[in-house]
Amino acid sequence: MTENTQPSAAGEVGTARVKRGMAEMLKGGVIMDVVTPEQAKIAEDAGAVAVMALERVPADIRAQGGVARMSDPDLIDGIISTVSIPVMAKARIGHFVEAQVLQSLGVDYVDESEVLTPADYAHHIDKWAFTVPFVCGATNLGEALRRITEGAAMIRSKGEAGTGDVSNATTHMRTLRDEIRRLTSLPEDELYLAAKELQAPYELVKEVATTGRLPVVLFTAGGIATPADAAMMMQLGAEGVFVGSGIFKSGNPAERAAAIVKATTFYDDPDVIAKVSRGLGEAMVGINVDDVPVPHRLAERGW
Amino acid sequence: MSPTIGVLALQGDVREHVAALEHEGARAVGVRRRSELDAVDALVVPGGESTTIDKLLRAFDLFEPVQERLREGMPAYGSCAGMILLADRILGGIEGQRTLGGVDITVRRNAFGRQVDSFETDLVIDGVEDSRDAPVHGVFIRAPWVEEVGPAATVVGRVEEGPAAGRIVAVRQGPVLVTSFHPEVTGDTRVHRLFVQIVRESR
Repeated sequence: MTENTQPSAAGEVGTARVKRGMAEMLKGGVIMDVVTPEQAKIAEDAGAVAVMALERVPADIRAQGGVARMSDPDLIDGIISTVSIPVMAKARIGHFVEAQVLQSLGVDYVDESEVLTPADYAHHIDKWAFTVPFVCGATNLGEALRRITEGAAMIRSKGEAGTGDVSNATTHMRTLRDEIRRLTSLPEDELYLAAKELQAPYELVKEVATTGRLPVVLFTAGGIATPADAAMMMQLGAEGVFVGSGIFKSGNPAERAAAIVKATTFYDDPDVIAKVSRGLGEAMVGINVDDVPVPHRLAERGW
Repeated sequence: MSPTIGVLALQGDVREHVAALEHEGARAVGVRRRSELDAVDALVVPGGESTTIDKLLRAFDLFEPVQERLREGMPAYGSCAGMILLADRILGGIEGQRTLGGVDITVRRNAFGRQVDSFETDLVIDGVEDSRDAPVHGVFIRAPWVEEVGPAATVVGRVEEGPAAGRIVAVRQGPVLVTSFHPEVTGDTRVHRLFVQIVRESR
C-alpha cells in the first residue's frame, strides 16, 4: 500500500489529501450520469457539481444486457471538452488498465463500478497506484473500509442502479449509519473483534469509532429518481447524490435535474422539496428490485 | 462577544469551514436563507463548484442580498470556488456565470488544470501568523488563480516554486480575503484566525 505521490513542478500531486479533498468539494451536490456532450451541458446548466460520462445509463445496460465496459475515449473527450465542471467515468471492478486509460484522458474521478461487468472477481484495483482519485460502491461498512484500504478517496452507497427503486440505497445508507453508530458505542477492547468481523484494518475501524464517520466523503447512488428520493438519502446521512438513469430516462430531464439539485441543498425543508417537485412530468418508469432476478442484481457485485 | 460568522451552505465543504472558525473562537452557522444571512456578522463562501453555488444563490434569492451586504462592508472570506464568487471578474466561467464581486481581481477558473494536476505546496501568506517560519500548507484542487489585480486589492500570497511560480493565490481587499487553496482541509487554522481577527476589527 504505497502511495503514488509524485513531486510535480508545482508541488505534490496525487496525495490522499487532494484526492479526498476533491470529494469534499462535491459535498451537498448532485453528480449526474450523461451519455452525450449535449446531456453533459444540460447537467451543467442544471447545477450538477460533476457529470459521470458513460456509454449507456444503467437502465439501458440492464435492458440490453451484454458485457458493459469503459466508455469510448472519444465520448469521454467530447464530454470533457464540452463542460467545465469535473468529469467522472467508470472502470470495471478490477480493470486497472481501463483506469489507467481514464487517468490518461484527464478524467477527474474514476468510479470503479459494479454497474459495469466486473473484470476481476478476486481483486479490486490498487487505487493507491494512481494520481486520479477513485470512488467505489459499498453496501455496508466493512465493504466501504476495504475499498478505502485499497485507496478509494470517496464512497457511495450502491443501491440498485437502473431501477428507479430507491429501496436498496435506503438499506445501504441505513446499514452504513447503523454500523458506524455501533462502532462509536463499543469499548476500545472490543474494536479488535469488530475489525475482524468487518474484515477491515484495525486502524481504520478505530478511526471510524473515534470520529463517528468514514474517513472519506460518503455519497449515495442507485435508484434515485425524484427530488424527494435525493432529500431522503441526505436525511439518512449521505453527503451528496449520484443520479444515474433517473434524469435522462424521465420526461423532462433539465427541470428534473435542477429540481434534484435544489432538493439536495434543502433536503431538510419539506416546503422547498414540495415546491421543486411540482410539474416535473413523468419520472422514469422503473422496475422493482424484487422483480430483478438475483443474478442480474448489480449491488451484489463487489465484496 | 464572539462574532457570528456564516458559512454559505448551498454546496461545498461547509463543515470544514465551520470547524476551523469554531476552533478560532467564532460562532459559525450555515447560511441558506435570507433570514440566516441577516443574522451573521460575516460570511465565508466555501470551496465547492462555483457554477452550482452561483445557480443556487440565484434560485433561492440570496444573490442580491449577499451582494448588498458585501457593498455595505460585510467581511467575507472565500476559498477556491469562494474566491471565484468574491472576484469582480471571471475568466473561464460557463455561459451566464455571475460572481458576487467584492475583490478587484480577475480570476481564471480551473487555471491550475484538472484533478490530476491538483497539488499541495507550502506558501507564505502576509498577515498569517508565523507563515515565514512555518509556511501555510496550500491544498489546490482544480484551483483558480488570480490573473489580474486591480488597484483596490492587495496581493498577500503567491506560489513560490515550479512553473506556476509567481501566480497570485491570495488577495485581500479591506475586510474581504480570498485564497485559491483550501486551508480548511489541512487542520491548520491560521488563515481562519486571520479572518476572525478581520471580523473582530471591523465590528
